[in-house]
Amino acid sequence: MAVALILLLVAIGSVLFHIYSPWWWTPIATNWAYIDHTINITFWITGFVFVAVIAFMAYCVFRFHHKEGRRADYNPENKRLEWWLSVGTGVGVAAMLAPGLVVWHQFVTVPADATEIEVMGQQWQWSFRLPGKDGKLGTSDVRNIAADNPMGLNRDDAHAQDDVVIENGDLHLQLGKPVKVLLRSVDVLHDFYVPEFRAKMDMVPGMVTYFWITPIRTGTFDVLCAELCGAAHYQMRSKVIVDEEREYHAWLEQQKTFAELSSAKAIVKATYQSGGK
Amino acid sequence: MVDIPYEGIEGIPPAEVPDVELYHPRSWWTRYVFSQDAKVIAIQYSLTATAIGLVALVLSWLMRLQLGFPGTFSFIDANQYLQFITMHGMIMVIYLLTALFLGGFGNYLIPLMVGARDMVFPYVNMLSYWVYLLAVLVLASTFFVPGGPTGAGWTLYPPQAILSGTPGQDWGIILMMSSLILFIIGFTMGGLNYVVTVLQARTRGMTLMRLPLTVWGIFTATVMALLAFPALFVASVMLLLDRLLGTSFFMPSLVEMGQLSKHGGGSPLLFQHLFWFFGHPEVYIVALPAFGIVSDLISTHARKNIFGYRMMVWAIVAIGALSFIVWAHHMYVSGMFPQFGYFFATTTLIIAIPTAIKVYNWVLTLWRGDIHLRVPMLFALGFIITFVNGGLTGLFLGNVVVDVPLSDTMFVVAHFHMVMGVAPIMVVLGAIYHWYPKVTGRMLNDALGKFHFWVTFLGAYLIFFPMHYLGLLGVPRRYFELGDTSFIPSSAHSLNAFISVVALTVGFSQMVFLFNLAWSLFKGEASGGNPWRATTLEWQTPETPPGHGNWGKELPVVYRWAYDYSVPGAAEDFIPQNQPPRATQLVQGAAS
Repeated sequence: MAVALILLLVAIGSVLFHIYSPWWWTPIATNWAYIDHTINITFWITGFVFVAVIAFMAYCVFRFHHKEGRRADYNPENKRLEWWLSVGTGVGVAAMLAPGLVVWHQFVTVPADATEIEVMGQQWQWSFRLPGKDGKLGTSDVRNIAADNPMGLNRDDAHAQDDVVIENGDLHLQLGKPVKVLLRSVDVLHDFYVPEFRAKMDMVPGMVTYFWITPIRTGTFDVLCAELCGAAHYQMRSKVIVDEEREYHAWLEQQKTFAELSSAKAIVKATYQSGGK
Repeated sequence: MVDIPYEGIEGIPPAEVPDVELYHPRSWWTRYVFSQDAKVIAIQYSLTATAIGLVALVLSWLMRLQLGFPGTFSFIDANQYLQFITMHGMIMVIYLLTALFLGGFGNYLIPLMVGARDMVFPYVNMLSYWVYLLAVLVLASTFFVPGGPTGAGWTLYPPQAILSGTPGQDWGIILMMSSLILFIIGFTMGGLNYVVTVLQARTRGMTLMRLPLTVWGIFTATVMALLAFPALFVASVMLLLDRLLGTSFFMPSLVEMGQLSKHGGGSPLLFQHLFWFFGHPEVYIVALPAFGIVSDLISTHARKNIFGYRMMVWAIVAIGALSFIVWAHHMYVSGMFPQFGYFFATTTLIIAIPTAIKVYNWVLTLWRGDIHLRVPMLFALGFIITFVNGGLTGLFLGNVVVDVPLSDTMFVVAHFHMVMGVAPIMVVLGAIYHWYPKVTGRMLNDALGKFHFWVTFLGAYLIFFPMHYLGLLGVPRRYFELGDTSFIPSSAHSLNAFISVVALTVGFSQMVFLFNLAWSLFKGEASGGNPWRATTLEWQTPETPPGHGNWGKELPVVYRWAYDYSVPGAAEDFIPQNQPPRATQLVQGAAS
């Protein structure tokens, strides 16, 4: 029966595609392997149901397609069967939901030793900020944004002065150190998206959102924007580099603090206004 | 569920309220244009929805040309690409699927299936269509205004939707909101009609638990739509005010193109909550009519009662109710209160249970059936496969932490196209092949229908199944070009090209269907009144196509449920709902 066979082939083909397709998730670079495990559990359960339902359907089409003289059975319901199917489905759902919720709990529970860093999105570029020697990020407000203060830091906040500000550069992270990534936007929604990190979160103007990760391997990773943010959404790129401790600190040494940057810009501005005299 | 015949039932006269007089058309204009007959309104709705749907189809071709062959087509730029995806999404979800299922199938089938002469409020029903048409025209006009249609994505998230970095910020977004507001006004008029008609105008004997599942699906979806659309309505009004008057419902302090804007104090998340409070029920507003219709297609063409009718009804109602408390699963990575994740993941996965029951009951209906593999049945089988596939990937996206890596990737695009694009459209097409004979009196061509089914079903599966794996890989959605990345291999670009070629093929194969619709209207085989030997009332009308008032002199009286197929002892393998127990011919010797 051609129809039954094609239906069955759709199910088998899907499974084969799943096994042999060259397209699979990127090698993970953070502690969120739990998420990958949960996805795998979900694949097993849903894959089983998918094949079972379609194989049953294909069998019915094969076995009970119309022939001269065939007459269908008459059985309006079967309480017991329906009950067992519901319970079985409930068990399958619970087997996916339970690990999902456990991992979600980890996802929203930031470890106490995580360093806070900041990513700021604007149409269509990324800026980054790391805490200075005091280990704290200073306050910021979108109203403070000016040419010499693109991230809108609060000049009166002592914590802000030593913050490391990276504009148009790449973000470096230290291997093995948990970071809480604070996310901010000055204009529209953005989403800090690094496929290898698994974690991602929208950036919403007027709010600070976050996720946390611990990088587990060194490398250079693409940053993309995952929330539609206007015409050049697809071009909003940057890079994150995960370094060993030594390289990380070497890089950090070269970065400018907010105080250095704003005074440097102030000097440039003053020089310009005075005509270089 | 079996209706036990009892004495004296034939003595009950049809219940016709004498003082309700139908509006009778007196001219060509009131008969075919400003008609108050639900059947004419249904056809008007369907033709309008199909016309704007074809626009959405062409837009999808343009998108696929860009995605499959980036840089090849200079007439598509990044702004246009965003405008295409926005208009494609909005048209398909609202102006095509919602309008077709409720305005089209709802109008045609509800009065016929419940045994009414027409909708309860025919004038309001007519108005509903004309307001809908106006909404469609306003929407279509955005292609011709300065700046073009909005490119904010069909979700229209502020602040982006109304700021200058987004195409169509000028007229496009204003007209989009206006069109949505009109659509909701039009829908509300129609929707109240469907609900009241199902509740009040059922013929004698048509109890709620004897309704065909088609009516249950459309009825529940309509109740949901009446509750969900107001959220979109207020969101649209507020967004329009933010855009036109500079209010700040959804707009916080922000910088627009380097300048501090005058906005402040609004919340972008508020819009998302309102949008998805509508948007998630919307998924089921499209799905429930499809669930109902496909149940009737399967039962009729498998010559077998739908398995577990009562469970099917309760599953529809349960899904409808639950779908109002799952909306924030669209917002797991929106930055909302993180603890919401537990609640919305749980409710979302619970919905899988009644949904799975429906799937089981569809396939169990096939068990020991007498399966006629006619075109409507083929589409029903195609629906089951695509719906199961799309439903199961919903378990990934609904399970909060699994959604985190997958959200905003092509996995999401593949999922929702499978589950609320391909699957409901399978039902729409199957339903058209099924009811076309009743609407026109002629059969659609079978060979063309089978060709259409196989190309559409296998093609759509080839488009959307592999697309999930692009999303797993991390390919983001709504990207004009993928550009250079370290994680997207060149094979992924080849897959994109393949998907585009298949998409264009499937798209063009729909022309075969349109040809079939037109050709069969004149040349199709005459169908008679009940070509499928179905039990439900719409097949028992005295005339085909049904005349004005549907039932001739007397309303039908219903004696049984909608699924008396292959009843043991009966001579025929179906017993119409309006056939009195005594008139049922029994097989000789089997009479009790």
